[in-house]
Parts: sequence; C-alpha cells; structure tokens
Amino acid sequence: MKKNIDVDYIANLARIKLEKKESSDFSSQLGDIISFVEKLNKVDTKDTPPTTHPLPLMNVFREDKVKESLPAEKALSNAPDKKYSFFKVPKVIEEA
Amino acid sequence: MREERYEAVMGLEVHVQLSTKSKIFCGCSTKFGAEANTKTCPVCLGLPGALPVLNREVLHRAIKVGLALDCRTAKMMKFDRKNYFYPDLPKDFQISQYDLPLAANGRLGILTDGKERTVRIKRVHLEEDAGKLIHMEDEDASLVDFNRTGMPLLEIVSEPDISSPEEAYDYLTQLKTILKYLEVSDCNMEEGSLRCDANISIRPKGQVELGVKTELKNMNTFKGVKNALQYEIKRQGEVLDEGGTIKQETRLWDEAKGRTSPMRTKEEAFDYRYFPEPDLVPFIIDKELVESIRKGLPELPRRRLERFIEDYKLPPAAASLLVNEKEVADYFEDAAGIYKKDAKVVANWITGDIQGELNKRSLSIKELGIKPNDLADMIKMIDEGSITGKIAKGLLADMVETKMNPRKIVESKGLLQIKDKGELDKILYEVIKANPKPVIDYKNGKVNVLTFLVGQVMKATKGKANPKMVNDLLRERMDKL
Repeated sequence: MKKNIDVDYIANLARIKLEKKESSDFSSQLGDIISFVEKLNKVDTKDTPPTTHPLPLMNVFREDKVKESLPAEKALSNAPDKKYSFFKVPKVIEEA
Repeated sequence: MREERYEAVMGLEVHVQLSTKSKIFCGCSTKFGAEANTKTCPVCLGLPGALPVLNREVLHRAIKVGLALDCRTAKMMKFDRKNYFYPDLPKDFQISQYDLPLAANGRLGILTDGKERTVRIKRVHLEEDAGKLIHMEDEDASLVDFNRTGMPLLEIVSEPDISSPEEAYDYLTQLKTILKYLEVSDCNMEEGSLRCDANISIRPKGQVELGVKTELKNMNTFKGVKNALQYEIKRQGEVLDEGGTIKQETRLWDEAKGRTSPMRTKEEAFDYRYFPEPDLVPFIIDKELVESIRKGLPELPRRRLERFIEDYKLPPAAASLLVNEKEVADYFEDAAGIYKKDAKVVANWITGDIQGELNKRSLSIKELGIKPNDLADMIKMIDEGSITGKIAKGLLADMVETKMNPRKIVESKGLLQIKDKGELDKILYEVIKANPKPVIDYKNGKVNVLTFLVGQVMKATKGKANPKMVNDLLRERMDKL
C-alpha cells in the first residue's frame, strides 16, 4: 500500500525550502521508501530483542576530568557573524 | 466560590545541574561565569565528526538521585536525540533520554500544613543543557554563549499528584534539601543550576477526567512557582466560568507583572522526532554498581529528622529547622557531640542567635566561622557562671567578627561575670544612693520597683552581673535599710 507523506510539513520541520514539483516528487518517493520498509512489519519478531544500537558495544565512559577547551576565537572562527566573544544570530525571542 | 467548585492538578518538571567538574559528554569545564564561548570544544559545539562520550561521574550521581527518590533504576538505558531548531542548540538536537530513562517510579514525601503526602516521581533522566541567549536591545540580534551547552542535567518529572501551589512549593523545597544532602548539585537558582517548569489543569470537583493543561515556564524562584500556579488556577477558573475552554499551550510567567501569558511559538516546534542517539552506546547498569551507590547514600533528611527527635530529644519544630540544611544539621551534631549535657540548649543557640547572624550577614554556617567547639565553649561558660546569658548574646557577634575562641575574647575584653560580692556591693551601694525615690517606694511596699533597680545595676555592670544574684543582694541590702 502506498503511503501519502506530507512533505511540506517535514520540509518545514527540517527548514528546507521545496519547489512545488520537488514537493510532489518527494512525497511519492518517500511514500515508496516507507512502503518498502514496512515489509519488515510482516516479519515475526516475537523472540527478537529490540536493537538499540548497531554496535555490540556497551558502557563506554570517560572519567570526570577537565580538558582544555577551544579558545573563543577558534570556537567562533566559523561563525557568520559575531560580537565580542559571542555568536551573533537574528533575534529570536520566546516571549509573551 | 470558584475555589470550591474546581480542583487543581499539577505536576512539576525540575532540571538540576549535576556539579561534576566536566560536562556530560566532553571534557570542557563546568565552571560558572567564564567569559563567553571559552568553555567549548568540537563535541559540545556539535562540529562534524566529534563524538560524545558519557562522563562516568554524571551517571553515578544520577543513579544516586534516583535511589534517594525511591525510583527503580533501569537495567538498561540509552540516549536519544530530541530534534528542534533554536539558536541555543548548536547541533540542532539535544541529547536526552526518551523511552528508556535512567530511573522511574519513585516518590517524594512532603509535609504541607501538617499533612503528609506522597508525590510520585514519574521519571528521572539525563540530558545535556543548551546554550545561553542574550537578546540585544539596540539591535535586532541575539548573542549566543555555548559555555552552558553540554552541562549535565538531570530532569526529574513528577506525576500530577500535586493539588495546591503550597504543595508545589513544599515539593521543591524538599527536593532541593535532598539534592543538597546527596551533594550532587549546588542547586543555585540564580546560576540556573535548579530550574522548574509546571503543568497545571483544573477540573470541576468530583470529575475523574483531567482538564486541559497548560505548561508554565520562566519561574526563577520557588516563590515564583507558587505565585505562577496561584495565578493560573484563578485564570483557568475564570475561563471555564465564562463558558470558555482552556487551550493547551506554554505560558510564560512574568514575575514583575504577576501574570502568565501564552508564549509565541510555532505549533510544529513540538514535533521533536526523537530517535536513538547513534553516537552513544547503550548502558547496562549492573546491580553491583547500584548497590554500592545505595550503600554510599548519606542519611536523608526524613530519617535524620526522626533521629534528631529521638536521640537528641529535640522538639519536632527545632529538629526540622536544623535538618533543612545539611550543613546546619552537621554543625549541630558536631556541637552537640562536644557539649553533651543538653542538646536542646545547643539547638536553641543554632536556630536562634546563630541563624539570626546567618540571616543578617547572608552567610552559610561554614562561612560564619564559629567552630562547633567555640559554640560549645561558650555554652559551658554560661553553665560555669563565668558569663551571663546576656553577655553571651553579644559575645556571639564578637566571635563572628574575630573568629576567636570565646574564652579568649572574654578574657581580653574583661567580660567575666562579677562574682565577687564585695565588688558587686559597691555598685549596689551607688545605685541605691542614686535612686532614693524607688528605694522609698520599695520600702513602702511597692515591691516591683526592684526590677527597675536590678536593671540599673545590670546597666552599671554592662551586663556582667548575674541578675538573680543582684536581685537577692539588693533585697537583702534594702531590707536592712
């Protein structure tokens, strides 16, 4: 069964701008991909433990030791805009 | 009355910053107050290719909190990505825990208006903090400091078991006390190491179904939480009274205006599209680790309160005052261990005069600098009769100022009680001579002028005389007149 995907909603969540044509193409393609993956639902997984990670690796830790951080100039070196030692971004306010 | 028609249902989400030396997934320092963007690295900045690795101490502290809240520790936990765009989030996702949190199903006992209640803890999970935004006033721009990004946070979510703003306040106070006892966080609200959001709905009394809830944010003090909840109960009641419906939304508390208002934000922002964090492996928490942490748990405030009442025979109110702050409770036990005669006397000095000094100077008991031994010495000096209770009160302030042992101060300032009858007699004589009228009044049967005369003697001796002794001597002298 082919799924209909609301590509515009997803594109908005991912902050991607799509042309109308792209939107309908992707909708159909994404639908195909999901229908394909859904075949897995038919497999009996009653006795299969859920996979939480592809690597057979657990409990990797680091000790609580402070390491040197980057100097601010370096941290800011890719910033399109900065002020003092801050990243500068278009104003965003969560306000009432 | 509206208050009688509706009942409120509240749940609290507390974020507490664990005070480890380094961040949760990288080695950057967690020190507060550093210059902007000087405590970052490729991991917490989310630069391509950098890999997070969990700080072992963070996990241990989190397990500790879970156990203290009577939670079941998960046998296995994993991290997930919570996806959203916001400039305080360099990776555009926050590493958090979704379906397999560290701990769940706990509880916290609170005491409100003398009534005991249990608030169930839904879950306790680990996550990383986001950066800090500063909004510019003169420009249409915001500034971002990523030093806070990756600070280890523990989110403690209660079930909706709280039914009044007062209970919410008590829950927070009790939770903070426990966290301080565990020594996992400094719980400093001003520095943001303890933050609280609240969910609240109301429903007509007797209705089983829950009403539509709102989420309240931006409360910076426990008092603020209480006020915001009080406001919101009233607001929701008014909406329902007018036949309206409550909208599910996030509202921001404005402390200055004393009201909440809806936050402007896009609906889609709440679709977080959680998925397992592929850069972190899952964690198996074995029984031995949990048990060894459980064994290392300190005595918690509840238990300590019971012990103070039982072992030291303290009245519950005094015991409760002492127990609220671990440092104060430790101090009391140290001092009561030195002055073994009467723990109540020690408790009175601490909850009275010492607490007064702490409040006056806004210091912690450690910063105050009166050693338990010095307090015990001072109390002994009163017992021995070398100083009067009145002198002791002033002496306490001197001890804070000079950080000296009370015996040394008393010696150097000549505050020793006048016990020599001859010396006291001289002063009595002067007082009697200077106050002929009260003396005549006394002789004419006005016995209560004695209090006045005792006061005069105390004044003349600068409090160094024993009032009872003065009283007896005065009476003796005047009866002979």
